[in-house]
Amino acid sequence: MSDKIPLHDVSEFAPAEVSEVDLYQKREKIYTRKIEGFFQRVRLFTGWPLLLGYFLLPWINWGERQSVLFDLPARKFHILGLTFWPQDMSLLAWVLIIAAWSLFFVTVWAGRVWCGYTCPQTVWTSIFMWAEQVAEGTRNQRIKLDKSPMSVNKLFRKTLKHSMWMGFAALTGITFIGYFVPIRELLPDLIYLQANIWAVAFTVFFTLATYINAGYMREQVCLYMCPYARFQSVMFDADTLVVSYDKNRGEPRGARKRHEDKPQDKGDCIDCELCVQVCPTGIDIRNGLQYECISCALCIDACNSVMDKMGYDKGLIRYTSENALEGKPAHWLRPRLIGYAVGILVMVIAFGTRIYLRTPLEIDAIRDRNSLYTTTMMGMIENVYTVKIINMDDRPHRFLVRASGIEGLTINGNDTIEAPAGEIVELPLRLVADPAFLKQTSTEIEFSVSSQTGNLEASSESRFLGPRTM
Amino acid sequence: MTSFWSGWIIVLTAISIALVTWVLFANRKTEVRDENDRTTGHIYDGIEEYDNPLPAWWFKMFVVSIIFGIGYLIAFPGLGNFKGLLEWTSVGQWQKEMDFHSERLQPILDSYAATDMDELAANPAAMKMGARIYANNCAQCHGSDARGGYGFPNLTDNDWLYGGDSQTLMTTIVDGRQAAMPAWQTILGDEGIKNMAAYVVSLSGRPADETRVAAGKSQYMTMCIACHGADGTGNKFMGAPNLTDDVWLYGGSPAMIEHTLRVGRNGRMPSFKDLLQEQKIHVVAAYVKSLGKQ
Repeated sequence: MSDKIPLHDVSEFAPAEVSEVDLYQKREKIYTRKIEGFFQRVRLFTGWPLLLGYFLLPWINWGERQSVLFDLPARKFHILGLTFWPQDMSLLAWVLIIAAWSLFFVTVWAGRVWCGYTCPQTVWTSIFMWAEQVAEGTRNQRIKLDKSPMSVNKLFRKTLKHSMWMGFAALTGITFIGYFVPIRELLPDLIYLQANIWAVAFTVFFTLATYINAGYMREQVCLYMCPYARFQSVMFDADTLVVSYDKNRGEPRGARKRHEDKPQDKGDCIDCELCVQVCPTGIDIRNGLQYECISCALCIDACNSVMDKMGYDKGLIRYTSENALEGKPAHWLRPRLIGYAVGILVMVIAFGTRIYLRTPLEIDAIRDRNSLYTTTMMGMIENVYTVKIINMDDRPHRFLVRASGIEGLTINGNDTIEAPAGEIVELPLRLVADPAFLKQTSTEIEFSVSSQTGNLEASSESRFLGPRTM
Repeated sequence: MTSFWSGWIIVLTAISIALVTWVLFANRKTEVRDENDRTTGHIYDGIEEYDNPLPAWWFKMFVVSIIFGIGYLIAFPGLGNFKGLLEWTSVGQWQKEMDFHSERLQPILDSYAATDMDELAANPAAMKMGARIYANNCAQCHGSDARGGYGFPNLTDNDWLYGGDSQTLMTTIVDGRQAAMPAWQTILGDEGIKNMAAYVVSLSGRPADETRVAAGKSQYMTMCIACHGADGTGNKFMGAPNLTDDVWLYGGSPAMIEHTLRVGRNGRMPSFKDLLQEQKIHVVAAYVKSLGKQ
C-alpha cells in the first residue's frame, strides 16, 4: 500500500496566539560598515574600468563624429567605424543573446558575481556609499547622526551628502544623454540653457533616476526589482561557487578572549557580527545562502580580517561550492558549463563573421501594381518597377542595376544611379521581355545592384507578369 | 455612443477602481502564527514558505497608480462620452502636427511656385520634392517611371495631347481632362471600321490595304477632320491625338485601332484642384516637364 502523507499537528496554534501584522513593512535602513580586503581590491579592477569607460567613451571622436552615437532622429547607430541602420536590428538581438549566455555561463560557474562586481547598480551604489561616508562618517557615526535631532552639523552633513549625490547623478544623466546627442554640444547647451527641451527632460529624468536608485533604493533594486535576481539561483548546481559560511568549522559560535587558545567547545566563529554589519543587502550569511546575497564578498573580507586578528585560518566565510562544503569531490568542468562555453564560442564566431562580411548595401525591388503588364507596339511585354537602393556606406556610390531570369530581359530606362552616403534612392524602371520567352504568366526574376567600384553587391527577387501563354 | 453605454462604461470603470482600491487596503494585514517561525504555516509535501513582508514602497506605488489613473481619466477621454478636461483627440493631435509642418513647408513651396518651371528643373531639392509628389499622386496611373501604360499617357516623351508648355501642364493637372472620342460602330458598320482603321494606319506611314485606305480616306474627310484635322495632326485644344506620329495611347495594331473606333474612348485625367495645393501642382508639373528633357 502507499505511504500516508505525514501528519502535521496544527492543534498547537491556538487562535489566541495569532497576531496581525502589516503585509507591507517599511524597510530598515541598512548602515554598511566599510571594510578593506582582497575582494574589495578585485572590485576596483572590475568597477573602475566600466565606470571610466561609461564616462569617457562619448568624448572620444572617430573622424568627425563621436565614436559611439545613437542618432535616433536619423535612425543611425554609430559604433566606432560602423554605422548600423534599423535593418540591422537582428545583429543587436544576437549581441544580446551572446551577452545573456555569457552571463549564464558566469552564473553557473560562480553564482551571482555579476551583481557584486560589475552591475551598474552596485558600482553606483558603492560610489554613493563612499560619498555618504565622506559626508556623514563611519557606520556608528551615521547611526548616531540619524538618531540625533536637527542641528547645524546635521544640516551641513546632509546637504553635503545630497549635493555630492546630485552632482554625480547629474554627471551620469548628462553622459547618458551624451550617447544620443553629441556630448560636446550637449554640455555647453545645457549650461547656457539652450538645449532642446527633450534633451533637458531626459537628462533630468536620468539624473533623478540615478539619484533615487543609488541613493535611496540601493538593495531594493537587487531584492525586488531586478529580474536576474529572481532567476539566477535556478542556474546554480552543487558545484557553483557561492559565498558560504563553513558551518562545520564555525559552529558552535561564541565570544572568547582574544589571545587565549581556541576553546574545545567553540567553533571558529566568535559571533562578532562583522559579516552582518558590512552586508549591503542586510542578511546574515551564517544562515546559509539567501537570494538577497549579491556575492560582493564584503563578509568574506570582514571575517578574514577578524580571523587574522584571532590567529585562525582565513576562509571561515569563503567562495566555495555545496559539494566542497560537504566534503564531496568537486568538479568544475561539467556538461552545462562546457555547453555554455561552446555555445558562446560558436555564436561569437558567427557574429564576428557576419559583421566582417556585412555589406553596407541593401536593395528592395517593388513591382508597380496598377497594371499586370503592358504591351508595346512591337508586341513586347513590359512591367514597371521601383528599385530602392539603400546606401549604408559612409561614401557616395554610383550603382548599376541588372535584371535576370528571362531570356533577353532588358531594361527600358536608366540603369545607373548615384546615391549619396547614408541615403536611400529610388530608381523607377521598366523591364521588357519577349513574350516568346515567357513560359508562365508569373516568372521569378532577380534584380542585382552593384557599385561601380565593384565592392558592394546586393540582389532582390521579384516577379514578371505576362499574358497567358499559348 | 449613446448615453446608456456611456453610463455603462463610467459605472464599470468606477466600480473597477473602487474594487482595486478596496482589495489593496483590505489585504494590508497578514496573520503571523509564530514570531520565530516567519513561515506561512503551510507545509506542502515538506516544502515550507517564508512569509516575508513586502516593501512599503510597493504599497505607496500602488496608491500612486490609483491616483494617477483617476487623474488621467479626468484629463483625458476614457469615461464614456466625457471628453476630458484637456479635450484631447487623435485628430486634434494630427492637425497640430500637420499645421506645424505646413508652417515650415509653406515658404519653401511659395518660393518654388514663384519660380519658372524650367528654372525649377535645375533645382535638385525641388525635383526631389516633385518626384515624391509624383510618386504619391501620379504614379498609380502613369507608372513609377512616368512612361504610362494602356490608356495612360507617357509623360517622358515630347508627344502631348493638350500641349506640354508650363501653362497647359498646369491646366491639365488642376482642371483635369475628359476625352471624347465617339463610338463609330453604328455609323460606319463593320466594313467601314476596317476601312477607317486601314487609313489611320497609313497616316503614320505604315503599310495597309490600298483599297481600304482609299475607302477610309473619303469617310475620314467627312467624319474625322473636325477633331483630328484634315492632315491628321490632331487638335491640341480638344485633345484630339496626332494620328501621324505613331504614338498610340490605346495600342497601335490595326485590331486595336479598330477597337478604339468601334467603342470610342473617354479617358479621364482627374482634377487635382481639391487634392493638391496649387504650389505643389506647380512643382510636380515642373518635375514632369523635366522628365521629357532627360
